[in-house]
Amino acid sequence: MDSVSVIGAVSIITAGLTIAIGSIGPALGEARTAAQALAAIAQQPDEANTITRTLFVSLAMIESTAIYCFVVTMILIFANPFWDHVIASTPG
Amino acid sequence: MHITPDEIVFWQWNGVSLNATIVFTWVVMALLAIGARLITLRISDDERLPRWQNFLEVLVTGMREQIRDVSHTDPKQYLPFIGTLFLFIATSNILMIVPGFQPPTGSLSTTTALAICVLLAVPIYGVADRGFGGYLRKYIQPTFFMLPFNIIGEVSRTLALAIRLYGNVMSGTIIVGILIGIAPFIFPVVMQLLGLLTGLIQAYIFAVLAMVYIASATRIHAGEEDRSSTPDKKESL
Repeated sequence: MDSVSVIGAVSIITAGLTIAIGSIGPALGEARTAAQALAAIAQQPDEANTITRTLFVSLAMIESTAIYCFVVTMILIFANPFWDHVIASTPG
Repeated sequence: MHITPDEIVFWQWNGVSLNATIVFTWVVMALLAIGARLITLRISDDERLPRWQNFLEVLVTGMREQIRDVSHTDPKQYLPFIGTLFLFIATSNILMIVPGFQPPTGSLSTTTALAICVLLAVPIYGVADRGFGGYLRKYIQPTFFMLPFNIIGEVSRTLALAIRLYGNVMSGTIIVGILIGIAPFIFPVVMQLLGLLTGLIQAYIFAVLAMVYIASATRIHAGEEDRSSTPDKKESL
């Protein structure tokens, strides 16, 4: 295999692995957060405003790990620097 | 498919290029500034409010309440910065549904610029509130050995702020682009609806996180400081 196919194959496989593994942790974390927040609202309905606001902020912070993986995946697929480098340095 | 609106160049001259990010940032800025100016031209304090004035009042009051909830202090000094961040991000995310509009927040340069504004605003508010030495002392809390970690934390949260907003908005546009190729009729609309919700939540989160960072720079020990310092502040106000 020449370097273009190697880079292409490795990029695509790594992109799939990145988003697959990287979304497990945030999914579990968000599920736990939502469950805890629901339990807290059920116990203290008066505090629902504060709990909901904190819930949204923490969900976004947990989700950002998944978003980082997504950004890396998108870079690997659509804006791969190694791919661009090889394409640019290959004559013809 | 464009991963960022930076790649769409409208106009180029002698190395100065005008890409979609800059143009649509100007569009959002013009919309916000002219809209607010037009509404406040015909301001009234009758019992019957003009409906747009009512809308603005709801917005400003809501933002003041949220800032007060997070910072536990007077929202007056924080409202211009935090409110501007929220309004700009929210407007550009909502306008995403307008055909042909590329949200400027879907570009890493815009979100990095906003995050750097937050990075600079934290020491500015901190020094204004606690004085130079008081602010710098925050970096050697609880011990001197935490200094590098505090600095790393400052930089990494700025990076996280930028990439979180970029990733969320960019993922919305990319997913819609992919879905148009697969299921062109109804399904992209549903995802755009979800994108509107995500966009508003991200605008809220960006503003709240900026406020949390600024609040953590202005008060070291929230519990003790509240009792000892708030009476002084009230007197000075």
